[in-house]
Amino acid sequence: MAKIHVTTKINGEDAEFLCEPQQTMLDVLRDELSLTGSKEGCGSGDCGACSIIVDGRLVCSCLMFGAEASGTEITTIEGIANGDTLHPLQQKFLEHAALQCGFCTPGVLVASKALLDANPSPTEEQARYWLAGNLCRCTGYDKIIEAVMDAAAEMRGE
Amino acid sequence: MYAPNFAAPQSIDDAVRMLDADGAKPLSGGTDLIVQMRSGRNRPDHIVDLKRVPGLLGIKAEGAGFRVGAATPGAALGEDKALVAAYPGIVEGAELIGSTQVQGRASLAGNLCNASPAADSVPAMAACGVTAVVVGPNGEREVAVQDIPASPGKTSLAKGEFVKEFVLPALPAKSGDAYLRFIPRTEMDIAVVGAGVQIVLADDGTVAKASVWLGAVAPTIVEVDASCLVGTKLDDAAMAKLDAAAQSVCNPIDDKRGTIEYRTKVAGVMARRTAEIAFKRAGAR
Amino acid sequence: MNYLGKDVQLKVVGTRPIRPDGVEKVNGRAAFGADVAVSGMIHAKVVRSPHAHARIKSIDTSKAEAVKGVSAVITGADLPDIPSEEAFVGEGPANFREMSHNVIARDKVLYDGHAVAAVAATSAAIAEEAARLVEVEYEVLPHVISVEEAMADGAPVLHDDMFTQGVDPKPTKASNVAKRVEFKLGDSNAAFAKADVIVERQYKTQPVHQAYIEPHACVVSYNPDGQAQIWCSSQGQFMVRAFCAKLLGMDIASIRVMPLEIGGGFGGKTLVYLEPLALALSKKSGRPVKMVMSREEVFRGSGPTSGGTINVKIGATKNGRIVAAECETILQAGAFPGSPVGPACMTAFACYDLADVTAFGYDVVSNRPKVAAYRAPGAPISTFAVESAVDELAQKLGMDPGELRLINAAKDETKAAYGPTLKNIGFVETLEAAVASQHYTSDLGEAPKGKRRGRGIASGFWFNIGGESSGATYVNEDGTVTVVSGNPDIGGSRASMGMMAAEVLGIEVERVRTIVGDTASVGYSFLTGGSRVTFATGMAVTQSAEEVRDDLCRRAALIWEIDVDAVEWRDGHAHPAGENAGKFDPLSLSDIAAKSGRTGGPIAAKSSINAQGAGPGYATHICDVEVDEETGHVAVLRYTAVQDVGKAIHPAYVEGQMQGGAVQGIGWALNEEYIYNKDGRLDNPGFLDYRVPVASDLPMIETVLIEVPNPRHPFGAKGVGEVPIVPPMAAVANAISNATGLRMPNLPMSPPHVRAALDAAKA
Repeated sequence: MAKIHVTTKINGEDAEFLCEPQQTMLDVLRDELSLTGSKEGCGSGDCGACSIIVDGRLVCSCLMFGAEASGTEITTIEGIANGDTLHPLQQKFLEHAALQCGFCTPGVLVASKALLDANPSPTEEQARYWLAGNLCRCTGYDKIIEAVMDAAAEMRGE
Repeated sequence: MYAPNFAAPQSIDDAVRMLDADGAKPLSGGTDLIVQMRSGRNRPDHIVDLKRVPGLLGIKAEGAGFRVGAATPGAALGEDKALVAAYPGIVEGAELIGSTQVQGRASLAGNLCNASPAADSVPAMAACGVTAVVVGPNGEREVAVQDIPASPGKTSLAKGEFVKEFVLPALPAKSGDAYLRFIPRTEMDIAVVGAGVQIVLADDGTVAKASVWLGAVAPTIVEVDASCLVGTKLDDAAMAKLDAAAQSVCNPIDDKRGTIEYRTKVAGVMARRTAEIAFKRAGAR
Repeated sequence: MNYLGKDVQLKVVGTRPIRPDGVEKVNGRAAFGADVAVSGMIHAKVVRSPHAHARIKSIDTSKAEAVKGVSAVITGADLPDIPSEEAFVGEGPANFREMSHNVIARDKVLYDGHAVAAVAATSAAIAEEAARLVEVEYEVLPHVISVEEAMADGAPVLHDDMFTQGVDPKPTKASNVAKRVEFKLGDSNAAFAKADVIVERQYKTQPVHQAYIEPHACVVSYNPDGQAQIWCSSQGQFMVRAFCAKLLGMDIASIRVMPLEIGGGFGGKTLVYLEPLALALSKKSGRPVKMVMSREEVFRGSGPTSGGTINVKIGATKNGRIVAAECETILQAGAFPGSPVGPACMTAFACYDLADVTAFGYDVVSNRPKVAAYRAPGAPISTFAVESAVDELAQKLGMDPGELRLINAAKDETKAAYGPTLKNIGFVETLEAAVASQHYTSDLGEAPKGKRRGRGIASGFWFNIGGESSGATYVNEDGTVTVVSGNPDIGGSRASMGMMAAEVLGIEVERVRTIVGDTASVGYSFLTGGSRVTFATGMAVTQSAEEVRDDLCRRAALIWEIDVDAVEWRDGHAHPAGENAGKFDPLSLSDIAAKSGRTGGPIAAKSSINAQGAGPGYATHICDVEVDEETGHVAVLRYTAVQDVGKAIHPAYVEGQMQGGAVQGIGWALNEEYIYNKDGRLDNPGFLDYRVPVASDLPMIETVLIEVPNPRHPFGAKGVGEVPIVPPMAAVANAISNATGLRMPNLPMSPPHVRAALDAAKA
């Protein structure tokens, strides 16, 4: 079948692309749109490194066809910051040394943003369960959780 | 080169027509299908995305029950306060399917029709008497959810048939449901054993009716004879009988997720623990 | 010079600045292995063996070659046949011929996932389709998975030219036992007579994968003039260059390797898998070639660490002094020799001051992927057994396990069983801090019904290494500074390099930008491994910064027209000193940089060294668990890691190493394992069933940093990255034992195994 023409909105900007029917949204982001911040760690929805937000919902972009993006609004790691100003989560990840190799970091940040969008006051346990689908092999999650909790507090104005 | 077709019909009729084609596969959340396609285990010629068909996404209260669109993601179930209040066990099951990310896509219909005996959403639905509305070339029919999976990976659906929505019946008075599963970690695993329970209490606070279903211990989910609970308040003797009854229906396999012996023992444990939660919930109503 | 001692006021070292590469890693712009694209690039996929052991009778690539879009197909025949040549590479010995045969099979496939061919095409999808059309005819051979099977009489032999080394007389019959090693001090056999109490037990561990989240990836461009460029993520750009040169028969100068960001390695990226294949494909197709492994390929085709069988025997007097100790360690090497059996034996008893000790072991091949280094290779395996045995000994003696360890702890001037006399070690300090900690002295709290709680403690040792390293410091025209490190930054080393340079130069760390150099822009550096980078490359960077500082003083002397000895560098400025003190206004680094053209040109220094004197790492961990008696599930409730870190250059990243290592160890203890089916195929090659810890499995990992400075490093640093994975398995096992009274001798201590042990104890 011919390639599918998809129009969508990515990180607040109108976007369009052509994709094969079996191409995942992750393939589209990385190969067609040069948005390589979303990573492939497993390709099976088990690691969360490709996390994006589609119409307000956190999803693995490897578990979504590019063709399904038609008419949706998508946020990727490249759209988390506000221009030159880092998102509080990004800033707190830096301050808390919440990343080592940095490969899982984009997915963890996108998932954390989705968490705080949905629940501005998560408990540590809620944060841990929400982020259970984001594997990190470097940090033992400790500083990630610290950074998320600290960012949440700052965003609440505490 | 493998090159399937992709279509997103906007009506039930179009969806039925498209799915009647050879090699057609319905797509709802896609969290199983895409993984299977990537590994080469499943190579549909036509991918039919059902999410744009009216009624396939969303939850409607209907009398004292609910209708849940087949492609509704698990996360949406957890966000529906009325549904969570009425059927916390069904929601628990749906919300245990994979990670937060997977719950953002994975649907009840996909979980059911993937026909894995370990599907988390199915035991509690079966325990609560949930039915699936199936549509196809020969029209519409309503089927108990437990009658859809036939064996691992296979359903009883005819060619061209798909699930349109689920009917959650009017909530019995003094009832409570629950779902628990056992996994090696705290998240992200496939159930080693899953247990879905609905308990209805009599006026005196004893169990009037108990429905207990187990997942991952047989080729399909299996029902446990829970008559031992009736007339009790889940005393130790009744629980011991339930444990034994649960173990007796197990027919599991040895695999990377658990041994026959372990699965069987844990089935008893899960049946008891889930029944206890359902009983408490029923009592609180 | 060094910066140790109480009177030295450090301004940068020991603080927690934001890492120089941080922003690019939180906004998605950092380029990892799979993120690179070059002009004209094509994509390649590997064809892998579905069999554990088989002879390749023929390979027909014609159907794959006929697919539209396919540019080149290679098999083992496309790589040169190279002679057997032993070399010390990565974190252990290797043989380049075997490495070549591991990268792509020749006459036999030796494990499920062994590469047999590779296909390059205009897209990854076409390459994958065409790879399915490569027809390989196999003669399937009997296979062996466990060391017991591999060592059994009549076992299928993987290599008919392999005769056990290290035994006398030399065997005349080929076997799967590659070598025997032994380390001995005193006479342990005789010394057991002095023991009042003896504990003896067999332990088993399973192979576990490093499970870095970034799959292996590279882009390789081979040009018609014989020059090649490689962009890849690895633990050593110079390692990739050297191995590719060997395996392809190229000059080292003809290959330039650009290190990309590395998405975790933990030892697993100290080898090459894809790069030689991509080189051969690029040469054959005339196009740059990109290769990326799938997660399944990572598990099936790249090296986990060994599983092993360990027999431990320890004897002690009734007052707790260990008088004799023996340990036999049999390790799986995978398809080719080279398990970390040497370090496993050497580290086994390195926590203790023992007069009579023997540690010996065997390196055994079987039909599994060839093992690769994994964080303190070998040590966690033997230490799980030894530290479990020490705990059992404490139980038998009725002593506190921390106290028993203190009685026997290695200290300065202890002669280690593996040879050296230990110096400037902080093991006793870690034990003292652990037993005095709030965690160790706290109440466990009451367990809910049906559950039991327990606490365990265990220690660990890792050598840490130094070695060849290069660094450079460049003063830019505006007085900012660029530091170049020769080592891929795997956990924040760019931050620590920049901090040491800033400390030496007396400037704010934000004015120093550290990068990782490619193989043509910085001197040779041995790979990132052995916990060596902050120590060795840090030393090289410090020396280059000191040369720059000295040059800055010399430039100031020229400007002031005074003797260089009369110039002193302080707080980022040259100050006139001695009789000239106060005669001139201090010159800042920027002032001097601005005038560098008039004082001799650019200011820069490079340092290439072979760093010696790495201080060994010791750690003691405390773990609280709750065991569900009905399901066998073990929850870690609280965890504390205490470690001698020498001097923490950037404490947050030191804590991060401790926390990350501890959690990898918890995964190894509880759920991680390679599961093979009866046909010798890996049954769990994915993150769904290869169960690494997830965030909800864990508590916060508390850290206690003990600083016993290493006088051989300018700032006192010791390696910190590896030892944190050594104690956890025993810490968890000892906690389970404390909770249930059961000794769990086999890993993983997964729910079915724990439940079975509980049931067996009841019966």
